[in-house]
Amino acid sequence: MASGGNGKDRGNPAIDPFVEALLERAMKVSAAAEVFHVRHRDEPVIFEANRLKLVESRESAGVALRIIKDGKIGFSSTSDFRDPGKLVDKALEMSPFGPEARLEFPAHRDFSPVDVYDEETASFPVEDMAELGQAAVDRLVRHSPDLTCDGTVAKGVTTLTVLNSSGGAASYTKSVFSVFLHGTVVKGEDMLLVSDGKSWCRPIQDTTEIVESIEAQLDLSRTVAQAPVGDVPVVFSPRGFVGALLSPLMAGFSGKAVLQGVSPLVGKQGQRLIDERFSLWDDPTVAYATGSRMCDDEGMPARKLSLVSSGTIGTFLYDLQSAAQAGVESTASAHRGISSLPSPGSSVIVVDGGDTSYEEMLRDMGTGLVVERLLGAGQSNILGGDFNANVLLGYRVEDGRVVGRVKNTVISGNVYKVLENVRAIEKETHWVGGSIRTPSLYAHSVSVSAK
Amino acid sequence: MDNNGNIRDRIQDAMAGHDARYIEIRVEDVEGSQIRYRGKELEEIGHSTGVGGCIRALVGGWGFVSFNDLDGLREKVATAVRNARLVGEKDVSLAPVEPVVDIVPPVVVKDPLAVPLHDKKSLLDQYAETVWRVPGVTTSSVRYGDSRRNRIFATSEGTYIEQGQVDVSMHLSAAARDGGEVQQSSLSLGSNGDYSFVETLHGDAEAMAHRAVDLVKAPQVKGGEYTVVLDPVLAGVFIHEAFGHLSEADHVYENQQLRDIMVMGRRFGGPHINVVDGAAVPGLRGSYKYDSEGVPSTKTYLLREGSLVGRLHSRETAAAMGEVPTGNARAISSQFPPIVRMTNTYIEPGDSTFEEMISDIKDGLYVRNWYGGMTTMEQFTFSAGESFAIRNGKVEELMRPVLLSGNLFTTLENLDAIADDLDMNQGGGCGKGGQSPLPVSNGSPHIRIQKCLIGGTA
Repeated sequence: MASGGNGKDRGNPAIDPFVEALLERAMKVSAAAEVFHVRHRDEPVIFEANRLKLVESRESAGVALRIIKDGKIGFSSTSDFRDPGKLVDKALEMSPFGPEARLEFPAHRDFSPVDVYDEETASFPVEDMAELGQAAVDRLVRHSPDLTCDGTVAKGVTTLTVLNSSGGAASYTKSVFSVFLHGTVVKGEDMLLVSDGKSWCRPIQDTTEIVESIEAQLDLSRTVAQAPVGDVPVVFSPRGFVGALLSPLMAGFSGKAVLQGVSPLVGKQGQRLIDERFSLWDDPTVAYATGSRMCDDEGMPARKLSLVSSGTIGTFLYDLQSAAQAGVESTASAHRGISSLPSPGSSVIVVDGGDTSYEEMLRDMGTGLVVERLLGAGQSNILGGDFNANVLLGYRVEDGRVVGRVKNTVISGNVYKVLENVRAIEKETHWVGGSIRTPSLYAHSVSVSAK
Repeated sequence: MDNNGNIRDRIQDAMAGHDARYIEIRVEDVEGSQIRYRGKELEEIGHSTGVGGCIRALVGGWGFVSFNDLDGLREKVATAVRNARLVGEKDVSLAPVEPVVDIVPPVVVKDPLAVPLHDKKSLLDQYAETVWRVPGVTTSSVRYGDSRRNRIFATSEGTYIEQGQVDVSMHLSAAARDGGEVQQSSLSLGSNGDYSFVETLHGDAEAMAHRAVDLVKAPQVKGGEYTVVLDPVLAGVFIHEAFGHLSEADHVYENQQLRDIMVMGRRFGGPHINVVDGAAVPGLRGSYKYDSEGVPSTKTYLLREGSLVGRLHSRETAAAMGEVPTGNARAISSQFPPIVRMTNTYIEPGDSTFEEMISDIKDGLYVRNWYGGMTTMEQFTFSAGESFAIRNGKVEELMRPVLLSGNLFTTLENLDAIADDLDMNQGGGCGKGGQSPLPVSNGSPHIRIQKCLIGGTA
């Protein structure tokens, strides 16, 4: 059995006999085979209009089979475990039409441990989750009696197994605890939306940080201010950075986009395209971050990758097939659901902190805009690095302080142009959700339009 | 399902004798295939099947359980009831509906699941080839998917429905690059049970590829307020975001301030605006006979002559607001409880024409196709796939895609002209509450909006 360190304590399970039997069966009819198996349960408690509304217990399991036959990949998947023979038959039926297999399945069986499981999350009583969520909602409503609050407190446990005909075997269990709260204030024809949340592999027993973040949003938003328009200095808060800039930036690092020649980063490895104070990592080894893992979804040992090092473009992200096509090694970046083949992607994004405090940034900007949350970002040409979005939550800054919330405002630009030369990067870094850690980022100027 | 007679008895037995006000069980099986090309190369071809079920129980509030393993149904019902009890005091009630017993086979015109894999692959080969023949295309993608879903739904009130649905979808895209500039264009299409919908896209695929190449050279739009004319595709996305979501009663039923805003009879736009949603409108991607609560589908006017006249309901929201269920409670799969969703949403035809609309525009934009749309009720966005300058009543040069931003209280007021050329977009999928992409359609004739805010260069 393959597992990192002391399997039992880390929640690393024995490999399901069904998975082993399926692989054996597939190996009889193909040159190479791989079984990917996921078992998941989660229990969310859901609040609506300030009160507990719904308690759920959800279980799901699925298995995917990838075979290589006559040099081609056949693929089938199911959540119906009653007939493994059908899964093999379907993969065989697909393979003559399938893509040419460039990959070879890896033989890894030993992995450095990565902490992603906490028994306390798995055994956290649902009653206590309900209580914890209600207390946070009550506190927010005490702060702002006109707030209508929805939210979710959830715990989940996922066991993931990859087994292949090269002898590769990996299985680990991850626990995730999450708290997300959303509030709405409606006054006449003005609606204010506030929210924050976090997920982590360990229980989030203390919701103070989340509640205080939402209280701060409410306090800063009571007054509506006209947005500054034109080319305006903009501070992207950690959430603003993630909303506006991160997906168009990450799109360029996809090994597939590079292979097809549509990444703006094609041929730019080793070149300094970005401000030299900016460094970006994909680090799946961060303990208890929800995107962490000891191996990727093809059983390749996970490792920390440098994507941007002091402004210089580092590695791109590959899974086995795209790596083989590009003639490089897989970066252990495979992600997959049950019903489709893997694709390369990031796990835990970490942006290094800079040397400026958030307050210093605001003081420096004179008249400017803080972007906190966006609407419609990502629904434009992100492949080219463009961002284009309505500022759902953002603040006008005058003389170093926030004077009110802006409305009917859109920002527009290109991530590579913004990052080429930034005004400052915040000293401190902050978790956004459970798999991105970043500072605020201060851009010289971004195009802002408003009514 | 191996044996539906048997499963019907198992479901009835599992529901009996629990201390709950209401219990429902959904069981479904699904089978489908997907094919994906990147560039000229086939990237994936796969087959998937699934089986699953879920139980919803109402005591004070709701309890929900979902699973893949259909054994031990009775204990699963008990868990759902226990979950509902945890919620404690919550006075949820359900609008009454007549129990229904019915078997509804899927609507099938040309069954995609009966088309040989070889034929599907050769069709996709043709599309990939068509896109690639266009000089300047850097890469392309072609994605095809089909599925057949059989759903069984039973309630403690005596409803038992078996309902089938066959869905087919196609997504094509092309990208072109010039140095660091990358532009793309795409095309989405879907159908409820008719493979022939996706068989004749050669011309559209070629036009799409040319568009991507042309966009690389196209200038950017300057941000600000414009008079815009939307094509039926983008106007459909517009009405979905601008008004459709706010018509979903679950957004408003527990919020008194929103209820005050969404009061029947309130005027949101001019008397030329009529907006409809309805799964009972036949032959579209969001059409069905019963929703996921066993309520028969309807056709609901949301706006009539610019005023609010209806909204979309589940049984719960209808009861809470003293209105009638509209058959809009939908669950994307057996992993989720039903929530209030749109089905086929559209603006009814008006009496203007495209030519009339643009004739008096001095400096405006003609925006077409879509990347997407989102809303938070008051503010919403919808993104065009491409735009054209309009100058002195004429459509002029191609411009880069833009994001349009709207406001519930002003944008519909500013919708001042509706043409007579209603067209439905069947390629959309809607996301809400983690359930995405749900098959919906939306549509509109060409429409014109004054003073629409657009993101762009300074």
